Amino acid sequence: MVELTLPANSRPTEGKSFPAEAGASNVKTFKVYRYDPDSGDNPRIDSFEVDLDKCGPMVLDALIKIKNEVDSTLTFRRSCREGVCGSCAFNIDGANTLACTKPISEISGDVKIYPLPHMPVIKDLVPDLNGPYAQYRAIEPWLQADTPAPNRERLQSRDDRAKLDGLWECILCFCCQTSCPSYWWNGDRYMGPAILLQAYRWIADSRDEATGKRLDSLNDGFRLFRCHTIMNCTNTCPKSLNPGQAIGKIKEAVFQRL
Amino acid sequence: MANTNRPLSPHLQVYRPQITSILSITHRITGVALTGGAVLFSYWIMAATYGPEAFARAQAVFGSWFGQLVLWGMVFSLFFHLGNGIRHLGWDIGWGYELDKLRTSGWLTVVFAVAMTVLTLVVAYAAAGG
Repeated sequence: MVELTLPANSRPTEGKSFPAEAGASNVKTFKVYRYDPDSGDNPRIDSFEVDLDKCGPMVLDALIKIKNEVDSTLTFRRSCREGVCGSCAFNIDGANTLACTKPISEISGDVKIYPLPHMPVIKDLVPDLNGPYAQYRAIEPWLQADTPAPNRERLQSRDDRAKLDGLWECILCFCCQTSCPSYWWNGDRYMGPAILLQAYRWIADSRDEATGKRLDSLNDGFRLFRCHTIMNCTNTCPKSLNPGQAIGKIKEAVFQRL
Repeated sequence: MANTNRPLSPHLQVYRPQITSILSITHRITGVALTGGAVLFSYWIMAATYGPEAFARAQAVFGSWFGQLVLWGMVFSLFFHLGNGIRHLGWDIGWGYELDKLRTSGWLTVVFAVAMTVLTLVVAYAAAGG
């Protein structure tokens, strides 16, 4: 349901300020969303001044520096620091992206970092992703075939394999999922761009024989057709994939078998 | 232990306006406006069938500064919804999903809608004799 404002318990208040160390010349302010589940207080926005001369180039470098040197309670997910694990997805400077591949130098003014939008927050920058994972499970993201398994790999022509390019690269960071206003308003029933791109990855796979079943399951006013081609998903994907186009191709597949 | 009182992370409050989503919501708003406009148009037509006094009243309503403002809003809505509707038809046949095409077609729609609205405005007031 469309709710334009945040519930009362979710409105951020002004938080603490942590000035840069004395003598720092190249200072940038990072405004970071904080939420402490143990305090019962509303979320707050803390300000951290970071000396960029003593910090790596990416937003994640600054977050790690803050956690190491200023406030060890700052909580966020991160792992690979090179854009392949999808853990450090946040809303940075007003759009969703990976902190590890977002250069600080691309951001003018203060660097604002929020959790992925319109999700329940567990702590600080860590959202509860159980919803999208349950939806991922629902599309049965594995190869399904009735023909008996061969003694070796199931073969695929080069052309058929090429159809999976732009799909398999998805790292499930959910930047697109949580950039979609339609997912904000109907995330309990609409699958969302990340999950639909994954669904199409199996629909497009020449080795998968469950296409009909997959389309039956998606052909629904909410699951698939709450996509209104807003295209915030494609606009924000840190891997330069095209979830919006994948959804378009599912819709096309649904119509072509009518 | 599930914390049932988890806050909802900010969304509209922090997401920078995107050319993609702004055009999408404008498409929705202009569509609703045009539906309202159809009602107004029906009123105008029906007023004509009721006789000269009713028609004169309708003319006065649409001729007032507010009535004209609404009409110009309708003109913009028509051209924007038309232009963006063509984008949607493109997507329906699988064309124009790439990021560069999305942005180009999006800005073209904005330019088209504004230019056609201004053009209509000029032509209409010229035809009306100033």
